[in-house]
Amino acid sequence: MSEPVISAKDLSIDYRIGRDWMQAVRSVDLSINPLQIHGLVGESGSGKSTIALAMIRHLARNARISEGRILFGERDLRQLRQREIEDIWGNQITLVPQNTMDSLNPSLRISRQMTEVTRRHSSVSATEAYEHAADALRSVQIADPEQVLSRYPHQLSGGMMQRVMIAMALSTRPRLVVLDEPTTALDVTTQAVILDLLRDLIKEEQAAALYVSHDLGTVAQLCDYVTVLYAGEIMESAPVDELFSQPRHPYTIGLLSCLPSTAEEQESRLTTISGVAAALGARSSSCVFADRCPLATAQCRTSKPPLEDTGDHRNVRCWRWREIAAGTITPFEPTARNITSSAPRHSRVLQVREISKRFDDSRVLPSLVNRRTSGVQAVRDVSLAVDTRSTFGLVGESGSGKTSLARSLLALVEADTGSIELRGEPISLTLKRRDRATLQNLRTVFQNPDDSLNPYRTVGQTISRTLRKLSAEPLGAKAARERVKELLRAVGLTDDYYHRRPAFLSGGEKQRVAIARAFAPAPALVIADEPTSSLDVSVQAVILNLLKDLRAAEGASYVVISHDLEVVSYLSDHIAVMYLGEIVEQGANKDVIHFPSHPYTEALLSAAPTPDPAVRHRPIALSGEVPSPRNRPPGCPFQTRCPRKIGTVCETDAPPVRTNEDGHEIRCHYTFEELESMQSKGPPTPPQEKTEQRLQRAENK
Amino acid sequence: MTRYLIRRLFTLALTLLVTSFIIFALTNLLPGDVARLVLGRDASDTAIENFEQRFGLDRPPLVQYAQWLGGFITADWGRSYTAGSPAVRSLVLGRLGNSMRLAGTTLLIVIPLSLLLGVLASLREGSWTDSIISVASLSVVGLPEFVTGIVLINVFALQLGWFPASTYISNNMPFGEWMRLLTLPALTASLAITGYVTRMTRASMLEELKKPYVRTATLKGIPYRRVIFAHALRNALLPTIAVIALSIGWLMGGLVVIENVFNFPGIGSLLVTAVTQKNLPVLQAISVLIVFFYAFANLISDLLFALLNPRIRLS
Ligand code: SF4
Ligand code: SF4
Repeated sequence: MSEPVISAKDLSIDYRIGRDWMQAVRSVDLSINPLQIHGLVGESGSGKSTIALAMIRHLARNARISEGRILFGERDLRQLRQREIEDIWGNQITLVPQNTMDSLNPSLRISRQMTEVTRRHSSVSATEAYEHAADALRSVQIADPEQVLSRYPHQLSGGMMQRVMIAMALSTRPRLVVLDEPTTALDVTTQAVILDLLRDLIKEEQAAALYVSHDLGTVAQLCDYVTVLYAGEIMESAPVDELFSQPRHPYTIGLLSCLPSTAEEQESRLTTISGVAAALGARSSSCVFADRCPLATAQCRTSKPPLEDTGDHRNVRCWRWREIAAGTITPFEPTARNITSSAPRHSRVLQVREISKRFDDSRVLPSLVNRRTSGVQAVRDVSLAVDTRSTFGLVGESGSGKTSLARSLLALVEADTGSIELRGEPISLTLKRRDRATLQNLRTVFQNPDDSLNPYRTVGQTISRTLRKLSAEPLGAKAARERVKELLRAVGLTDDYYHRRPAFLSGGEKQRVAIARAFAPAPALVIADEPTSSLDVSVQAVILNLLKDLRAAEGASYVVISHDLEVVSYLSDHIAVMYLGEIVEQGANKDVIHFPSHPYTEALLSAAPTPDPAVRHRPIALSGEVPSPRNRPPGCPFQTRCPRKIGTVCETDAPPVRTNEDGHEIRCHYTFEELESMQSKGPPTPPQEKTEQRLQRAENK
Repeated sequence: MTRYLIRRLFTLALTLLVTSFIIFALTNLLPGDVARLVLGRDASDTAIENFEQRFGLDRPPLVQYAQWLGGFITADWGRSYTAGSPAVRSLVLGRLGNSMRLAGTTLLIVIPLSLLLGVLASLREGSWTDSIISVASLSVVGLPEFVTGIVLINVFALQLGWFPASTYISNNMPFGEWMRLLTLPALTASLAITGYVTRMTRASMLEELKKPYVRTATLKGIPYRRVIFAHALRNALLPTIAVIALSIGWLMGGLVVIENVFNFPGIGSLLVTAVTQKNLPVLQAISVLIVFFYAFANLISDLLFALLNPRIRLS
């Protein structure tokens, strides 16, 4: 084996909290070999980004390396003088950061920002540097680089900016590229294209890469070797195939099995890792995972397991890995405890007909002066029905209108046209005209509990307020308190949470409180908008199980909205896919997931990264990005990106809604049969898109 | 952008029109008979009549306003009530020249000093340097100009004798002499503004330094100096420029006090004299000028903001 490109030896990192230094990363050894894409996974607080930044010697001011060496070739990066590290940065070591929007200087043109790197590290003329930048952009499949170079960052879309960042990071033929969650801020279909591009380019440039991510799906798709972190320590590291097929550490096993997947049986529960992640500076005399590990023994609590080299290029830090590897014990039994399914009754709890919502640009003098009104058609002719005791899942990328639809249903914004029936009764589109019973029966859980929980009220006050305001009969203080405690127990919180304030709760606990509050007045329907997207995967699993349990126990129905296909599919009986304000496909969960018909659904499913390196497939590459809802393409909204586009008919005529005998519905000029026969012949070949179109769209962003 | 500019100029003109009316109305609302106030209690009735006729005070107020406005636009700013009735325009513009020199010198001190201090404080956030700069700028912001002025005169003029305590300006004065005269008043005016602008620069630099693009630039390997000046400061300047431009407007008002402390022959001291003499034409002309500078500084600040910010410039 050749020398590693970079390696950290016995690396420990502290953070300053007030006057004290707290250990955040403990004795980490990590080497990245040439041509290797090394994945560094962990949940929030695991120290993954800290390690990555320490390895390129760019820690935040309030952090310090307390111990260890970072060898880059022969040299210890810690010993270098500022001038020497500057020669390495941007040249031999580069970074592709997470935040696309703010990673480029807003007041300088792309050309200036790209040529700056080349000119710093080689003595080329301005024209040569410009040519070099243009070539770099071509390598990330930007067909008209001069156009992009002449722009300012705000004129580019998120995906385009990330391409620029990647082009810049690879333009100096670096030996190491650090990828810090490079696709987290992007849509699924864009993410798929970017990951594909990254994989090819890194191999082509013969670089090595450190890929930092919380997302096991993308890690499986991209990496060769994976290191799993927990509370600042390495739990396990292994080649990607082995890690995913035979994980040896209980934490890895837990992480892998708590992911919802589209293949998951509808009636099963997700495995969960109980407890919360260990805090900074956790004790050093036990296994850091002991509090949450189902296999923990007395030994685990009194002595810390070493990171053992098990031969076969694997390392694991667990006293009991041999038993786990031999299969004599398993930490997280695939739980057989099925969720009692309550067969959906065939009555409708919600019936929505042809809801449309348009946001006009606010101006003082409305369109009197300017006849051509500009605005966003956020939701367009959406009709849907939710059966009693069932879950209706709504998937879409940014700009799909899924959140606007939810807000229209809740009357947080007033829909322009359409009608809504709740339990057979028509209800108003305006919040003010909704009666108490409607408010009681239609509740919501938002994405971010921080925004929706009043920080000055205790958990008990928050829930009982909603309860007493919306209950059908007046409720005494005592009865209310009992019901609140009952609700808290139902969401897995003990009674003593009653008096706590949100500041003392973790993200997952806050979301449980928000859920308890939603269920407080015994609603008929709960609308949950991205209920888990701000949470770590292990917490997400707990919340998803909870939502399923509550549906059975409280007899409510859900509308679940998410960009995450796995989450929606795990929860839902019925799935609708939205694109630019329209539902392009809907049907029973299994039908949509296993027999996606609409070309967009087909691409979306293929783009979702599967957490299994064995099923690496090329996603169907959609050209460009979701157009801005401001410039909705005429005809079929998907026509600018559709890999199966028929021709001009898609550009001029809105496609018809087609329904088959199973109630499966699509909007496309093709029939179900035509789409099916095309799919059986293989994935579509990506159309070569004209750059003008692409830039046009980028501009519209 | 052009449309924006036209709109802004139009607003500027409108502002001036409205304020000129207000100024005129207020000065005419002064209690008592202007002619009698100017000429004194013992003046004869004929003298008063003559005076009123000469300055058009016998006409209805609205007509007076129209005439005054028409005159103002056609560069005839009327005549001063004082002996010899000199033309207001040349009187005021002459003094304005002096005041502009003072204001210009002030800005020459303020801009480099406060940018330097602000950047320095932000780069050393939390250090002693930062604390000293912050405390110092906070305390000078709170000091009234007449206090700083008097302290400076005491120390540098009366005790050390480095600079003159008050100002006599003669024609064809050599440049060095001018500078000697301007130093203390300009320093006085600078202190408070420097405090403001330093704090603004520090705050916006700190904000910029936290943004991810600074990390991107650093990790390109370009020298730290370049990261600070070519990347961070460029964006941090946007709000700072707005504050500087606004302080120009403030400066015009602040000069009234400072010029009197130093006995400096600018529009500020002229304004005070005009008030004591009830010299309405001079008072009105100076007030309109101050309003004009204030509004103009605002406009320039907005335009610079737009010019330096591609997000605004290109939309
Ligand atoms: S050492 Fe013990 S507590 Fe830690 S992971 Fe292994 S079995 Fe669990
Ligand atoms: S209507 Fe045309 S463009 Fe739209 S999805 Fe169908 S084939 Fe594609």
